[in-house]
Amino acid sequence: HLATSLPLPSERDHLRPRIDLIAFIIDIKNRYSLKNVEASLAHVDASFFLGKVCFLVTGVGRVNYCSVEMNAIWKLGKVYCSPVLLCELELEGIRVATAQRLLRMLQICAGHVPGVSALSFSSLMRNSADD
Amino acid sequence: DPQTTAFLLRKQWTLYSVTPLYRFSNARLRDYARLLSACIAAEKQKGLAGGGGGDLAIHLPDLKGSDQDQAAILVQLSSRSPASQKNSEEKLIWSGWFCCVFGDDLSENVPEDFTCLPLFLANGAETYTSIVGSWFQKTFDCCFRRLAISPLNLSWMAAMWTGCKVDKTVSAIELVFSVPCLPHPLDISYAIHPEDAKALWDTIQKTPGEITQEEVDVFMDCLYSHFHRHFKIHLSATKLVKVSTAIASAHCDGIIKFLQSQYLTGVLMLLTELAISQIQ
Repeated sequence: HLATSLPLPSERDHLRPRIDLIAFIIDIKNRYSLKNVEASLAHVDASFFLGKVCFLVTGVGRVNYCSVEMNAIWKLGKVYCSPVLLCELELEGIRVATAQRLLRMLQICAGHVPGVSALSFSSLMRNSADD
Repeated sequence: DPQTTAFLLRKQWTLYSVTPLYRFSNARLRDYARLLSACIAAEKQKGLAGGGGGDLAIHLPDLKGSDQDQAAILVQLSSRSPASQKNSEEKLIWSGWFCCVFGDDLSENVPEDFTCLPLFLANGAETYTSIVGSWFQKTFDCCFRRLAISPLNLSWMAAMWTGCKVDKTVSAIELVFSVPCLPHPLDISYAIHPEDAKALWDTIQKTPGEITQEEVDVFMDCLYSHFHRHFKIHLSATKLVKVSTAIASAHCDGIIKFLQSQYLTGVLMLLTELAISQIQ
Protein backbone atom coordinates (compact mmCIF):
# COMPACT_ATOMS: atom_id res chain seq x y z
CA HIS A 1 0.00 0.00 0.00
CA LEU A 2 1.44 3.39 -1.04
CA ALA A 3 0.52 6.74 0.52
CA THR A 4 1.94 10.27 0.18
CA SER A 5 1.31 11.12 3.82
CA LEU A 6 -0.37 9.94 7.00
CA PRO A 7 -2.96 9.58 8.39
CA LEU A 8 -4.60 7.25 5.85
CA PRO A 9 -8.16 8.25 4.93
CA SER A 10 -10.55 6.81 7.48
CA GLU A 11 -13.28 5.91 4.96
CA ARG A 12 -11.46 2.77 3.88
CA ASP A 13 -10.44 1.62 7.38
CA HIS A 14 -12.73 -1.41 7.40
CA LEU A 15 -11.43 -2.60 4.00
CA ARG A 16 -7.76 -2.31 4.91
CA PRO A 17 -5.76 -5.39 5.94
CA ARG A 18 -3.55 -5.36 9.05
CA ILE A 19 -0.40 -3.24 8.59
CA ASP A 20 2.77 -5.06 9.61
CA LEU A 21 5.52 -2.71 8.40
CA ILE A 22 5.71 1.02 7.62
CA ALA A 23 8.58 2.22 5.43
CA PHE A 24 9.04 6.00 5.31
CA ILE A 25 10.86 7.21 2.20
CA ILE A 26 13.04 10.34 2.45
CA ASP A 27 14.65 11.85 -0.64
CA ILE A 28 17.84 13.62 0.36
CA LYS A 29 17.43 16.00 -2.60
CA ASN A 30 14.02 17.09 -1.34
CA ARG A 31 13.67 18.82 2.03
CA TYR A 32 9.89 18.64 1.80
CA SER A 33 10.03 14.83 1.92
CA LEU A 34 11.75 15.01 5.32
CA LYS A 35 9.19 17.49 6.65
CA ASN A 36 6.37 15.32 5.33
CA VAL A 37 7.75 12.21 7.01
CA GLU A 38 8.22 14.08 10.31
CA ALA A 39 4.61 15.25 10.21
CA SER A 40 3.32 11.77 9.30
CA LEU A 41 5.25 10.12 12.14
CA ALA A 42 3.00 11.90 14.62
CA HIS A 43 0.06 9.85 13.32
CA VAL A 44 1.68 6.46 13.90
CA ASP A 45 0.65 4.44 16.93
CA ALA A 46 3.51 3.91 19.40
CA SER A 47 3.33 0.11 19.11
CA PHE A 48 4.65 0.31 15.54
CA PHE A 49 8.00 1.61 16.78
CA LEU A 50 8.80 -1.79 18.27
CA GLY A 51 10.40 -2.93 15.05
CA LYS A 52 7.64 -2.27 12.52
CA VAL A 53 8.95 1.02 11.15
CA CYS A 54 11.96 1.74 8.98
CA PHE A 55 13.33 4.74 7.06
CA LEU A 56 14.45 4.44 3.44
CA VAL A 57 16.80 7.21 2.34
CA THR A 58 17.31 7.73 -1.38
CA GLY A 59 19.42 10.13 -3.42
CA VAL A 60 22.55 9.84 -1.27
CA GLY A 61 24.79 9.34 -4.31
CA ARG A 62 24.31 12.87 -5.64
CA VAL A 63 26.23 14.97 -3.10
CA ASN A 64 25.81 18.15 -5.13
CA TYR A 65 22.03 17.98 -4.93
CA CYS A 66 21.90 17.46 -1.18
CA SER A 67 19.17 19.53 0.50
CA VAL A 68 18.88 17.49 3.66
CA GLU A 69 21.65 16.90 6.18
CA MET A 70 22.24 13.21 6.96
CA ASN A 71 22.63 13.98 10.67
CA ALA A 72 18.97 15.00 10.83
CA ILE A 73 17.99 11.58 9.43
CA TRP A 74 20.29 9.60 11.74
CA LYS A 75 18.76 11.52 14.64
CA LEU A 76 15.27 10.61 13.41
CA GLY A 77 16.23 6.94 13.33
CA LYS A 78 17.61 7.19 16.86
CA VAL A 79 14.63 9.08 18.31
CA TYR A 80 12.13 6.62 16.80
CA CYS A 81 14.29 3.51 17.46
CA SER A 82 13.98 2.44 13.85
CA PRO A 83 16.60 1.46 11.26
CA VAL A 84 17.71 3.83 8.51
CA LEU A 85 18.39 2.09 5.20
CA LEU A 86 20.35 3.92 2.52
CA CYS A 87 19.24 2.95 -0.96
CA GLU A 88 19.68 4.62 -4.31
CA LEU A 89 16.14 3.94 -5.52
CA GLU A 90 16.90 5.50 -8.89
CA LEU A 91 19.15 2.56 -9.77
CA GLU A 92 17.27 -0.57 -10.76
CA GLY A 93 19.66 -3.04 -9.14
CA ILE A 94 19.46 -1.32 -5.79
CA ARG A 95 15.69 -0.96 -6.14
CA VAL A 96 15.34 -4.71 -6.55
CA ALA A 97 17.71 -5.48 -3.66
CA THR A 98 15.87 -3.02 -1.38
CA ALA A 99 12.52 -4.57 -2.29
CA GLN A 100 13.84 -8.02 -1.41
CA ARG A 101 15.16 -6.69 1.88
CA LEU A 102 11.84 -5.05 2.73
CA LEU A 103 10.00 -8.24 1.88
CA ARG A 104 12.18 -10.21 4.28
CA MET A 105 11.59 -7.60 7.02
CA LEU A 106 7.87 -7.76 6.32
CA GLN A 107 7.86 -11.53 6.72
CA ILE A 108 9.44 -11.14 10.14
CA CYS A 109 7.09 -8.32 11.18
CA ALA A 110 4.04 -10.35 10.09
CA GLY A 111 5.22 -13.23 12.27
CA HIS A 112 5.90 -15.64 9.38
CA VAL A 113 9.46 -16.41 10.46
CA PRO A 114 9.42 -18.72 13.50
CA GLY A 115 11.75 -17.73 16.32
CA VAL A 116 12.34 -14.14 15.15
CA SER A 117 10.07 -11.33 16.31
CA ALA A 118 9.97 -7.80 14.88
CA LEU A 119 11.42 -6.43 18.11
CA SER A 120 14.37 -8.84 18.28
CA PHE A 121 15.15 -8.23 14.62
CA SER A 122 15.15 -4.45 14.98
CA SER A 123 17.45 -4.56 18.01
CA LEU A 124 19.75 -6.81 15.96
CA MET A 125 19.83 -4.19 13.17
CA ARG A 126 20.43 -1.37 15.60
CA ASN A 127 23.43 -3.02 17.22
CA SER A 128 25.11 -3.65 13.87
CA ALA A 129 24.47 -0.05 12.78
CA ASP A 130 26.12 1.36 15.90
CA ASP A 131 29.23 -0.71 15.23
CA ASP B 1 45.39 46.07 -0.35
CA PRO B 2 42.56 48.21 -1.84
CA GLN B 3 43.63 47.81 -5.47
CA THR B 4 43.58 44.02 -5.32
CA THR B 5 40.24 43.91 -3.56
CA ALA B 6 38.71 46.35 -6.03
CA PHE B 7 39.91 44.04 -8.79
CA LEU B 8 38.27 41.01 -7.15
CA LEU B 9 34.88 42.60 -6.48
CA ARG B 10 31.84 42.57 -8.75
CA LYS B 11 33.32 40.06 -11.21
CA GLN B 12 31.93 36.63 -11.91
CA TRP B 13 34.45 33.97 -10.79
CA THR B 14 34.15 30.30 -11.70
CA LEU B 15 35.27 28.06 -8.85
CA TYR B 16 37.51 24.99 -8.89
CA SER B 17 39.02 22.81 -6.21
CA VAL B 18 42.73 22.07 -6.68
CA THR B 19 44.68 19.26 -5.07
CA PRO B 20 48.05 20.23 -3.50
CA LEU B 21 50.78 21.34 -5.95
CA TYR B 22 53.98 19.30 -6.01
CA ARG B 23 57.27 21.22 -5.87
CA PHE B 24 55.80 24.64 -6.49
CA SER B 25 58.13 27.50 -5.57
CA ASN B 26 57.23 31.16 -5.02
CA ALA B 27 60.77 32.08 -6.09
CA ARG B 28 60.27 30.75 -9.61
CA LEU B 29 57.19 32.79 -10.57
CA ARG B 30 58.95 34.47 -13.50
CA ASP B 31 60.01 31.12 -14.93
CA TYR B 32 56.48 29.79 -14.62
CA ALA B 33 55.09 32.90 -16.34
CA ARG B 34 57.51 32.41 -19.22
CA LEU B 35 56.67 28.72 -19.62
CA LEU B 36 52.95 29.34 -19.41
CA SER B 37 53.17 32.17 -21.99
CA ALA B 38 54.99 29.83 -24.35
CA CYS B 39 52.30 27.22 -23.81
CA ILE B 40 49.53 29.69 -24.63
CA ALA B 41 51.41 30.95 -27.70
CA ALA B 42 51.70 27.35 -28.89
CA GLU B 43 47.97 26.84 -28.43
CA LYS B 44 47.35 30.02 -30.42
CA GLN B 45 49.43 28.60 -33.29
CA LYS B 46 47.20 25.56 -33.26
CA GLY B 47 44.26 27.94 -33.52
CA LEU B 48 42.86 26.97 -30.15
CA ALA B 49 43.02 30.41 -28.57
CA GLY B 50 42.06 33.59 -30.31
CA GLY B 51 42.94 37.20 -29.73
CA GLY B 52 46.12 39.22 -30.19
CA GLY B 53 49.49 38.73 -28.53
CA GLY B 54 49.40 37.79 -24.88
CA ASP B 55 51.40 38.90 -21.89
CA LEU B 56 51.29 36.65 -18.92
CA ALA B 57 52.08 37.82 -15.41
CA ILE B 58 52.04 35.90 -12.17
CA HIS B 59 52.15 37.73 -8.86
CA LEU B 60 51.33 37.39 -5.23
CA PRO B 61 48.50 39.58 -4.00
CA ASP B 62 48.31 40.03 -0.25
CA LEU B 63 45.52 37.58 0.43
CA LYS B 64 45.53 34.90 3.08
CA GLY B 65 43.81 33.91 6.29
CA SER B 66 46.20 32.57 8.88
CA ASP B 67 50.00 32.63 8.83
CA GLN B 68 50.00 28.95 7.93
CA ASP B 69 48.19 29.69 4.68
CA GLN B 70 50.13 29.85 1.45
CA ALA B 71 50.21 33.28 -0.17
CA ALA B 72 47.69 33.61 -2.98
CA ILE B 73 48.87 33.45 -6.60
CA LEU B 74 47.37 35.58 -9.33
CA VAL B 75 47.77 34.74 -13.01
CA GLN B 76 46.79 37.43 -15.50
CA LEU B 77 46.68 37.26 -19.25
CA SER B 78 46.64 40.61 -21.11
CA SER B 79 46.57 41.27 -24.79
CA ARG B 80 48.19 44.10 -26.63
CA SER B 81 46.48 45.67 -29.63
CA PRO B 82 47.73 44.29 -32.99
CA ALA B 83 49.52 47.56 -33.87
CA SER B 84 51.93 46.64 -31.13
CA GLN B 85 53.50 49.87 -29.88
CA LYS B 86 55.55 50.15 -26.71
CA ASN B 87 52.92 52.27 -24.98
CA SER B 88 49.82 50.75 -26.53
CA GLU B 89 46.91 49.80 -24.30
CA GLU B 90 46.99 46.46 -22.61
CA LYS B 91 43.67 44.82 -22.02
CA LEU B 92 43.19 42.18 -19.39
CA ILE B 93 41.59 39.19 -21.08
CA TRP B 94 41.78 36.47 -18.45
CA SER B 95 42.52 36.21 -14.74
CA GLY B 96 42.86 33.24 -12.46
CA TRP B 97 43.98 33.02 -8.87
CA PHE B 98 44.84 30.31 -6.40
CA CYS B 99 44.26 30.91 -2.74
CA CYS B 100 43.93 29.31 0.63
CA VAL B 101 42.14 31.07 3.49
CA PHE B 102 42.30 29.23 6.84
CA GLY B 103 43.00 25.94 5.13
CA ASP B 104 44.79 24.41 8.11
CA ASP B 105 42.74 21.21 7.81
CA LEU B 106 44.47 20.44 4.54
CA SER B 107 47.93 22.00 4.96
CA GLU B 108 48.55 20.26 8.27
CA ASN B 109 48.13 16.81 6.75
CA VAL B 110 50.25 17.17 3.65
CA PRO B 111 53.93 16.17 3.14
CA GLU B 112 56.77 18.72 2.80
CA ASP B 113 57.03 19.16 -0.97
CA PHE B 114 53.40 20.09 -1.44
CA THR B 115 51.89 23.58 -1.60
CA CYS B 116 48.25 23.85 -0.53
CA LEU B 117 46.15 26.22 -2.57
CA PRO B 118 42.84 24.39 -2.75
CA LEU B 119 40.69 27.17 -4.20
CA PHE B 120 41.04 28.40 -7.78
CA LEU B 121 38.91 31.21 -9.24
CA ALA B 122 38.81 32.05 -12.96
CA ASN B 123 37.36 34.98 -14.89
CA GLY B 124 37.49 35.05 -18.68
CA ALA B 125 37.17 32.69 -21.62
CA GLU B 126 36.87 28.99 -20.83
CA THR B 127 39.55 28.15 -23.42
CA TYR B 128 42.20 30.04 -21.43
CA THR B 129 41.03 28.44 -18.18
CA SER B 130 41.51 25.00 -19.65
CA ILE B 131 44.95 25.83 -21.11
CA VAL B 132 46.20 27.30 -17.83
CA GLY B 133 44.58 24.48 -15.84
CA SER B 134 46.15 21.78 -18.01
CA TRP B 135 49.58 23.42 -17.69
CA PHE B 136 49.35 23.52 -13.89
CA GLN B 137 48.08 19.94 -13.81
CA LYS B 138 50.95 18.71 -15.96
CA THR B 139 53.64 20.79 -14.23
CA PHE B 140 52.67 20.27 -10.60
CA ASP B 141 50.80 16.95 -10.75
CA CYS B 142 47.61 18.40 -9.32
CA CYS B 143 43.96 17.98 -10.26
CA PHE B 144 41.37 20.69 -10.99
CA ARG B 145 37.67 20.01 -10.52
CA ARG B 146 34.70 22.34 -10.86
CA LEU B 147 33.48 23.17 -7.36
CA ALA B 148 29.78 22.42 -7.06
CA ILE B 149 27.81 24.02 -4.22
CA SER B 150 24.97 21.91 -2.84
CA PRO B 151 21.58 23.39 -1.82
CA LEU B 152 22.55 22.65 1.80
CA ASN B 153 25.67 24.81 1.50
CA LEU B 154 23.79 27.54 -0.34
CA SER B 155 21.31 27.67 2.58
CA TRP B 156 24.24 28.22 4.95
CA MET B 157 25.44 31.08 2.77
CA ALA B 158 21.96 32.61 2.71
CA ALA B 159 21.69 32.51 6.52
CA MET B 160 25.27 33.62 7.15
CA TRP B 161 25.27 36.51 4.71
CA THR B 162 21.82 37.70 5.81
CA GLY B 163 23.22 38.14 9.30
CA CYS B 164 26.10 40.34 8.18
CA LYS B 165 25.89 44.03 8.95
CA VAL B 166 26.03 46.16 5.83
CA ASP B 167 26.17 49.97 5.75
CA LYS B 168 23.65 50.55 3.02
CA THR B 169 21.20 47.72 2.61
CA VAL B 170 20.39 48.37 -1.00
CA SER B 171 19.90 44.96 -2.54
CA ALA B 172 17.26 42.40 -1.64
CA ILE B 173 18.10 38.86 -0.61
CA GLU B 174 17.28 36.75 -3.65
CA LEU B 175 16.91 32.99 -3.72
CA VAL B 176 16.45 31.13 -6.99
CA PHE B 177 14.93 27.63 -7.05
CA SER B 178 14.82 25.15 -9.88
CA VAL B 179 11.71 22.98 -10.05
CA PRO B 180 12.48 19.33 -10.88
CA CYS B 181 10.48 16.80 -12.84
CA LEU B 182 8.84 19.23 -15.26
CA PRO B 183 8.86 18.94 -19.08
CA HIS B 184 10.07 22.55 -19.39
CA PRO B 185 12.60 23.92 -16.88
CA LEU B 186 11.06 26.33 -14.41
CA ASP B 187 12.90 28.68 -12.05
CA ILE B 188 11.28 30.43 -9.12
CA SER B 189 12.88 33.61 -7.83
CA TYR B 190 12.09 34.66 -4.24
CA ALA B 191 13.17 38.16 -3.25
CA ILE B 192 13.12 39.24 0.40
CA HIS B 193 13.64 42.69 1.82
CA PRO B 194 17.08 42.60 3.48
CA GLU B 195 15.92 44.24 6.71
CA ASP B 196 13.05 41.75 7.11
CA ALA B 197 15.40 38.86 6.46
CA LYS B 198 17.95 40.19 8.96
CA ALA B 199 15.22 40.72 11.57
CA LEU B 200 14.12 37.11 11.09
CA TRP B 201 17.69 35.82 11.36
CA ASP B 202 18.35 37.89 14.47
CA THR B 203 15.44 36.22 16.27
CA ILE B 204 16.81 32.79 15.35
CA GLN B 205 20.55 33.11 15.97
CA LYS B 206 21.31 32.45 19.63
CA THR B 207 25.05 33.12 19.87
CA PRO B 208 26.47 35.97 17.78
CA GLY B 209 29.38 34.73 15.70
CA GLU B 210 28.16 31.12 15.86
CA ILE B 211 25.76 29.41 13.50
CA THR B 212 24.29 25.91 13.88
CA GLN B 213 22.61 23.68 11.29
CA GLU B 214 19.36 23.87 13.30
CA GLU B 215 19.34 27.67 13.07
CA VAL B 216 19.89 27.56 9.30
CA ASP B 217 17.05 25.00 8.98
CA VAL B 218 14.65 27.13 11.02
CA PHE B 219 15.55 30.22 8.96
CA MET B 220 14.95 28.47 5.64
CA ASP B 221 11.76 26.77 6.90
CA CYS B 222 10.36 30.17 7.92
CA LEU B 223 11.04 31.54 4.45
CA TYR B 224 9.53 28.44 2.83
CA SER B 225 6.35 28.51 4.94
CA HIS B 226 5.90 32.24 4.28
CA PHE B 227 6.10 31.54 0.56
CA HIS B 228 3.72 28.59 0.88
CA ARG B 229 1.16 30.70 2.73
CA HIS B 230 1.04 33.14 -0.20
CA PHE B 231 1.54 30.91 -3.21
CA LYS B 232 0.68 27.37 -2.05
CA ILE B 233 4.01 26.14 -3.43
CA HIS B 234 6.41 24.03 -1.34
CA LEU B 235 9.82 25.52 -2.08
CA SER B 236 11.31 22.82 0.12
CA ALA B 237 10.51 20.31 -2.62
CA THR B 238 12.58 22.26 -5.17
CA LYS B 239 16.33 22.68 -5.56
CA LEU B 240 17.96 25.89 -4.31
CA VAL B 241 20.34 26.92 -7.10
CA LYS B 242 21.34 30.52 -6.42
CA VAL B 243 21.68 32.87 -3.46
CA SER B 244 22.24 36.63 -3.87
CA THR B 245 22.80 39.02 -0.98
CA ALA B 246 24.58 42.33 -0.49
CA ILE B 247 27.71 40.40 0.59
CA ALA B 248 28.06 38.04 -2.37
CA SER B 249 26.10 35.92 -4.79
CA ALA B 250 26.69 32.21 -5.31
CA HIS B 251 25.39 29.70 -7.87
CA CYS B 252 25.26 25.92 -7.41
CA ASP B 253 27.39 25.36 -10.54
CA GLY B 254 30.30 26.92 -8.64
CA ILE B 255 30.12 30.59 -9.61
CA ILE B 256 30.68 33.40 -7.14
CA LYS B 257 30.58 37.18 -7.16
CA PHE B 258 32.09 39.14 -4.26
CA LEU B 259 30.25 42.38 -3.51
CA GLN B 260 31.65 43.67 -0.23
CA SER B 261 35.38 44.06 0.43
CA GLN B 262 34.98 43.86 4.22
CA TYR B 263 33.56 40.31 3.99
CA LEU B 264 35.86 39.06 1.22
CA THR B 265 38.05 37.01 3.58
CA GLY B 266 34.98 35.51 5.26
CA VAL B 267 33.50 34.29 1.98
CA LEU B 268 36.90 32.98 0.82
CA MET B 269 37.21 31.06 4.08
CA LEU B 270 33.89 29.34 3.41
CA LEU B 271 34.82 28.57 -0.20
CA THR B 272 38.21 27.22 0.89
CA GLU B 273 36.36 24.87 3.25
CA LEU B 274 34.09 23.66 0.44
CA ALA B 275 37.07 23.13 -1.86
CA ILE B 276 38.92 21.13 0.79
CA SER B 277 35.91 18.89 1.44
CA GLN B 278 35.56 18.28 -2.31
CA ILE B 279 39.23 17.24 -2.48
CA GLN B 280 39.08 14.88 0.49
